Amino acid sequence: MSDREFEPRIVAFFCSWCTYTAADLAGVSRMKYASNIRIIRLMCSGRVDPQFIMDAFARGADGVLIGGCHPGDCHYISGNYKCLRRFHLLKRMLSDLGIEENRLRLEWISAAEGDKVKRVVNEMVQQVRALGPLDLPGRFGEWDKEVRELDARIQQEHDAGPCEAHAVKESQA
Amino acid sequence: MTDKPKVAFYWCASCGGCEESVVDLAEAILEVVQLVDIVFWPVAIDTKKADVERMADGSIAVSLINGAVRTSEQEEMAQLLRRKSQLVVAYGSCAQMGGIPALANQYSRERILRTVYEEVPTVDNPNKVRPQPDYVDDAQICVHLPEFRQRVRSLDQVVDVDYTLPGCPPTPKLLAEALHAILDGNLPPKGTVLAPDTALCDACPRKDSKPEDVGYTEFKRPHWTILDPEKCFLAQGVVCMGPATRSGCDAQCIRGNMPCTGCFGPTSRVHDQGAKIVSSICSSIAAEDSDGIESTLSGIPDPVGTFYRYGLSKCLLRGRVDAVDAARSSQEGTR
Repeated sequence: MSDREFEPRIVAFFCSWCTYTAADLAGVSRMKYASNIRIIRLMCSGRVDPQFIMDAFARGADGVLIGGCHPGDCHYISGNYKCLRRFHLLKRMLSDLGIEENRLRLEWISAAEGDKVKRVVNEMVQQVRALGPLDLPGRFGEWDKEVRELDARIQQEHDAGPCEAHAVKESQA
Repeated sequence: MTDKPKVAFYWCASCGGCEESVVDLAEAILEVVQLVDIVFWPVAIDTKKADVERMADGSIAVSLINGAVRTSEQEEMAQLLRRKSQLVVAYGSCAQMGGIPALANQYSRERILRTVYEEVPTVDNPNKVRPQPDYVDDAQICVHLPEFRQRVRSLDQVVDVDYTLPGCPPTPKLLAEALHAILDGNLPPKGTVLAPDTALCDACPRKDSKPEDVGYTEFKRPHWTILDPEKCFLAQGVVCMGPATRSGCDAQCIRGNMPCTGCFGPTSRVHDQGAKIVSSICSSIAAEDSDGIESTLSGIPDPVGTFYRYGLSKCLLRGRVDAVDAARSSQEGTR
């Protein structure tokens, strides 16, 4: 990726009842916000499994945004509290795994708060842009170069047959 | 030579516990050696890499490889055994998910080498000498040492793996069952973990004392508290990996009055054991406000070390993502 202008990719998990409806409202109201987010609609923020968040990062997301109903407003009574607790522990765990704090954000956005969707998304895009790309698929590829190099050498030795294997080894050394 | 199926055992980055578990077959090992020829087992019989190299490709029926993969030598041995074997089994937590050695994935290679060769108080190394992968001695003989890799890997991150026997170490019962399944050709689909596909809680002798909603108000570490020998650990406010861990261990730790630490890895429906236990534990915290939640969670000081104790290589993030030596050139410098 060129350094020209890094465009963050942010995966957003929005609850169907509040935040997704708010994003809909923002759209219907013709509010403009950064186009860097890919929204995934879930029935509840309580459905946001921490695995989803880690998988999003592992597959190339630069940030993950979770949107749910305000405390007390959950359609399923307690889903957003579950989400909040998971968020607290996951945030600490991700920070121990080297993921910067601003890459994961949780916001309560009610169905009426289209303007808040706009503000939160714009803010987050700005913060993640400042952090730069996370690019985990790229990093994993870089880490595994050492394995692929050895694979290639072994294949080369194998193809060369037993007599020439030693010569290959020496020329690589 | 006989026509008995050939079996190889190998250890990579491991403690020897997996080897011990093979010996723990006790009398049953006599039955095993009647049925198979053990052609390679560095810990127990005098065979060398060159012996394996001379074997025909695919001539070993099954290689059971334990330990995580940290060095280039371990990679080479895994590749060699893969080529010579019809089946490769990842044996034990380290081969399966990186195991305890994979906790090193929280630190860069440079940091580890610096600590071990320069900073440990008992080390006397004023010239800061580090192991050299290629060294030419006075007689112009070049000696090669294996390279210490950037990351600790599970076996399946290095070679194609057919089956996995989980556990730290796997139980002799699981090993015997697996060997019989292999010898009888009675094997499940490739990629299967050869243990029951249910959570440990399902097989736990304390299952009935687990409340529907635990409602944690604090987490106690096992050494801080006197543990009730009958009651579910989670109900006692002690982190137990049971909900996110595969069964098959006969709940040995639980029966020894210690909570599960997760060595069997997740069930087939879970992609990330640590993330799953975060999900499970957090859903049952009593507090509903940030301060209360933080205060409850303060009893889990090291989530990575607790939830990925045996599985950091297989964490979706594979370890601390920024703990890798900066550039290729700086690696060269550390040699």
